[in-house]
Amino acid sequence: MESITIQKSDVESIIAKYNHSRGGLIGVLEEVQALYSYLPGEALEIIADQTEHTLVDIFGVATFYKSFSLKPRGKHLCSICMGTACHVRGGPIIEEEFQRQLGIKAGETTADKEITSETVNCLGACALGPIVVVDGHYFSNVNTADVKKIIRKTRKGLDKISIKGDERIFPIKISCSRCNHSLMDPKYPIDDYPSIKVTMSFGRKHGWLRLTSLYGSYNTESEYSIPEDEVLNFFCPHCHGELIGASHCPECSTVMVSMLIQGGGILQVCPREGCRGHLLDV
Amino acid sequence: MINLKINGLTTSVEKGTSLLEAARFLGFPIPTLCHMDGLKPYGACRLCVVEIGEGSKAKLVTSCTYHAEEGLKVRTATERVVRARRMILELLLASTPQSKIIQDLASEHHVMQQRFRQEHEDCILCGLCVRMCKEQMAAGAIGFRGRGTERSIGTPFDVKSEDCRLCGGCIYVCPACQLRCTYNNPDQAICGGCANLAAPCIEELKYNDLMCYMKPCVACEIVEYEKEKQIKIK
Repeated sequence: MESITIQKSDVESIIAKYNHSRGGLIGVLEEVQALYSYLPGEALEIIADQTEHTLVDIFGVATFYKSFSLKPRGKHLCSICMGTACHVRGGPIIEEEFQRQLGIKAGETTADKEITSETVNCLGACALGPIVVVDGHYFSNVNTADVKKIIRKTRKGLDKISIKGDERIFPIKISCSRCNHSLMDPKYPIDDYPSIKVTMSFGRKHGWLRLTSLYGSYNTESEYSIPEDEVLNFFCPHCHGELIGASHCPECSTVMVSMLIQGGGILQVCPREGCRGHLLDV
Repeated sequence: MINLKINGLTTSVEKGTSLLEAARFLGFPIPTLCHMDGLKPYGACRLCVVEIGEGSKAKLVTSCTYHAEEGLKVRTATERVVRARRMILELLLASTPQSKIIQDLASEHHVMQQRFRQEHEDCILCGLCVRMCKEQMAAGAIGFRGRGTERSIGTPFDVKSEDCRLCGGCIYVCPACQLRCTYNNPDQAICGGCANLAAPCIEELKYNDLMCYMKPCVACEIVEYEKEKQIKIK
């Protein structure tokens, strides 16, 4: 197994941040884990050297808390909820499906060091169970068919969108192109910004869909799990008119959905699930 | 000085004295497993429970960690206390039946059988060895690891600790005896004393009437039993 080289100075600077104090142990361990994705034994020895703690105390703390790992973890962490509510709603079946799809047991990491799956005991969103959390992104009402999609999304990367340090990402405000009513929903943020609320339908299903208002992010949340490649119809939740545009998606030539940008401009997005095609005219 | 009553006897003790020390000073016996003079009280085995308070406020506390308070009324052997102790002993017997110390304590308290699923643990997680290692031997080589049902005592990463001086103090204080006496696995042994001085009863079958010198330990019997079992399987 390839091992990570531990830079002594990195660990030392983390310890120095906590003034070598006794109370800072968990903080130090958290930062070391953030740096290496796990707690390497060498790092624990350095901490024992530089603080008042003995190695055995540090090891005790590291094994006591489930969020610390002494084994190398993959790039993405996939937590499957096994709390009481998620358990009765089918958590174990989801876990089994993850095992089957990834070929690993809970707590293990895939051979390509990409995904670590683990079971957790509650994520505090019991009404939405079974819950799966990947790198801080919540997937609710997961069924076995969703597992494949979640794994694909995980491999693609679900990193948090940060508007700091990337000027191509910025928040926009959206109105209905028919009634000009604002579609922004500050009560339901996605990526920490008010989401764009529309109603959508596909097949015989009809429900809400919320899109991120960050231009550059592709995060959406929906009442239903949407099958891949399904083309959705978008409606305004206020005037109930269909938000249909004139242009075709540059990537898959589906007819695009158009919405007005408050302050001038038109945003068109592809309504096909999984397609990232979009046009922005300011 | 603090005045308190233990089983109706008035006594005065210094501030910071534990109820266990006060009661033993007066000659009232309180059984303990995880307590040892010279080590910090830990309150793990719960055998030293006593009843304090009166009426509906009466409650059980561990006397080793409870400090004497002014006017406190302590009872060391009420029916409730005895029942609690017997239950604890029964549970200890269920988890660690081979410990001579626990067996003796159980028979002293008239616990002759236990009603729970029999397990064969070799550790009651009393923490005596951990405290011995840290406080008296100033080594800090072993400690608690994990939590819940996976809680165990050992060295970090299960490798021989550099802090360990092979003093054997941990085995000396252990009430469950075989805790870290890994006679049958000498590679992982911390002290290895018994492996160097093999018991005569193992060496020569003709001495099979010899009592094992490793009192109260029955490690050799278990090894023999395992060997026989493996032979039978083959």
